[in-house]
Amino acid sequence: MALDRWLALVLLGVCVAYGYAAWFTMDGSLAPFMKRNPIWPSTFPKVLSVLGIIAALVILLGLEKSEPKAADIDYRRLGEYNLGQALLLLALMVAYALCLRPLGFLISTSALLVLGSFILGERKWHIMLPVALIAAVSVWYLVQVVLGIYMRPLPGILGG
Amino acid sequence: MLEGFLIGLQTALSVQNLLMVIGGCLIGTFIGMLPGLGPMSIIAIMIPVAISMGDPSAALILLAGVYYGAIFGGSTSSILLNAPGVAGTVASSFDGYPMARQGKAGKALTVAAIASFAGGTIGALLLMIFAPALSSVALLFHSAEYFALMVVGLSAIAAFAGTGQVAKALVMTLLGLIMATVGEGALFNLPRFTMGIMDLQSGFGFITLAMAMFALPEALFLVLKPKDLQGDDGKIKELRITGKEAKAIAPVIGRQSLQGFFIGVLPGAGATIASFLGYAVERNIAPKKEQDEFGKGSVKGLAAPETANNAACTGSFVPLLTLGIPGSGTTAILLGALIALNVTPGPRLMVDEPQIFWAVIMSMFIGNLILLVLNLPLIPYIARILTVPRNYLIPFILFFTLMGAYIGQNNATELLILVGFGICATALKFADYPLAPLLIGFILGAMMENNFARSMQLYDGVSFIWERPMTLGLLAIAVILVALPSYRARRAKARQDGVAEGD
Repeated sequence: MALDRWLALVLLGVCVAYGYAAWFTMDGSLAPFMKRNPIWPSTFPKVLSVLGIIAALVILLGLEKSEPKAADIDYRRLGEYNLGQALLLLALMVAYALCLRPLGFLISTSALLVLGSFILGERKWHIMLPVALIAAVSVWYLVQVVLGIYMRPLPGILGG
Repeated sequence: MLEGFLIGLQTALSVQNLLMVIGGCLIGTFIGMLPGLGPMSIIAIMIPVAISMGDPSAALILLAGVYYGAIFGGSTSSILLNAPGVAGTVASSFDGYPMARQGKAGKALTVAAIASFAGGTIGALLLMIFAPALSSVALLFHSAEYFALMVVGLSAIAAFAGTGQVAKALVMTLLGLIMATVGEGALFNLPRFTMGIMDLQSGFGFITLAMAMFALPEALFLVLKPKDLQGDDGKIKELRITGKEAKAIAPVIGRQSLQGFFIGVLPGAGATIASFLGYAVERNIAPKKEQDEFGKGSVKGLAAPETANNAACTGSFVPLLTLGIPGSGTTAILLGALIALNVTPGPRLMVDEPQIFWAVIMSMFIGNLILLVLNLPLIPYIARILTVPRNYLIPFILFFTLMGAYIGQNNATELLILVGFGICATALKFADYPLAPLLIGFILGAMMENNFARSMQLYDGVSFIWERPMTLGLLAIAVILVALPSYRARRAKARQDGVAEGD
């Protein structure tokens, strides 16, 4: 089974779960005065879930023929691309999300930029570090002062 | 009309807004030039900046400038490197790149700039004429018609998705609508589908979703498969075109501005379709001698897609500004930004806030002029950005994606949602699922449900569907739009199998 049909199966699961929630779990807690309304909060989701299940089934059962075309990246040969780098970058982004508050904006951002270039194979530290620092400080300045959105610049223990 | 014209001129010519146009065009050109980054990612990245400015006219002017600039920048990399930065400029590389190979890169860029300028300007003129007319019709619409109109728009997007893609586009649209129902809903503000998670109470963030759908997968694709950026490093010189060439492209520009604009107005058919169609049409109607030149460096073949894609970009603003229904991913993002700024585009926009509408149109003229006057001489220098190593570029793209999602909500959980959705979107992109319908569905979802709920309450049930002829008609169009492609595909297949074709 090709990837697009596997994904259709996943989406079908999503639609079924959504439909279950809409059809069976939402209406019980509705207040009596709401039940007199012609439309309930669950009406629109009910319609959507049915349509979604039908459309996902159409793909899953291959009812609509499509000609195979050369994709930009062939997922069957994913290992031949720079998969490791992509995964590491994703992990780096998750780490950034977790560190942004505790470590502060400046340290996390510089680390993200430096490590990002490092993962991609850059080794010129004398360029990487200044570029990352300048970018981090200037973006922080723009967001904090020009746009007026507070971002904690330094780690919490330093009182930032 | 004249009054609106002057209001717009007054707003657009303020120093701040002029700077916005110039800045937007330059940023758009810069980033649009990078292969792999389309206008949707760029606009998604620029949205937090635009929203925090707080002035809707300025924000829309900035974003429209970025949009234009991105298309213009995309054609530059198509011509110089044969690496289109934007899907809408793929057709420009058919003739632009051969011209550059023949040492006529400067000339190709000039032709592209003039064609874009003419396409954009004529498009803006048409917008000025058609938008007010359309919006006065739209003022007669009832919420039932609005609901039906949105259904038509969404099904048109699915119908234009191409052979074998209709079901996929439909699923993505429905998924977008489903995601829009998460959070506090249209009726009674009851929280729905939050699974008890507080962070989902207000629904998914639109910027987060836009970033996850466009910017992140594109960046990941750049990591997975580095594009070869080695062009002919020849100097760009001789920007002038001859009178004969100007004469040759003038009728092409005229035809393609009109055609491109009207294709752009249709929901789902944007700059990409307009440019391919424009190229095909011009090749077919060209005399035999010139037809052979297409694909080998014909000025006509370059002018046609360039004019058409810019005119289509302008055309796509018509449904956005008059009906409040975006027809493409880019205008959907613009709509999201406008809603965040407390402006609801639609027929009332021209009555309630005419300065926004007219300022945008005026800034389109100014933006086109700036792209012509400012960018053309600067192109040889701007093209240097193509030599920025990707080792530096990609971390910055990722960083701006994260930043955009973060400063909108000031919530680190949003970043995790971003990465999660980004991975899902990349997988969907692998399997050739279109991503723009999801975002359009997501943005239209709340509006659609509101209009649906309102008409249900007015008619105390679903009877509004058959009691209002216009609603019924629109919904019938929607059904036909979805059914037609699969019917045609089936008939084509039957014909292949040797089945006789009935009348």
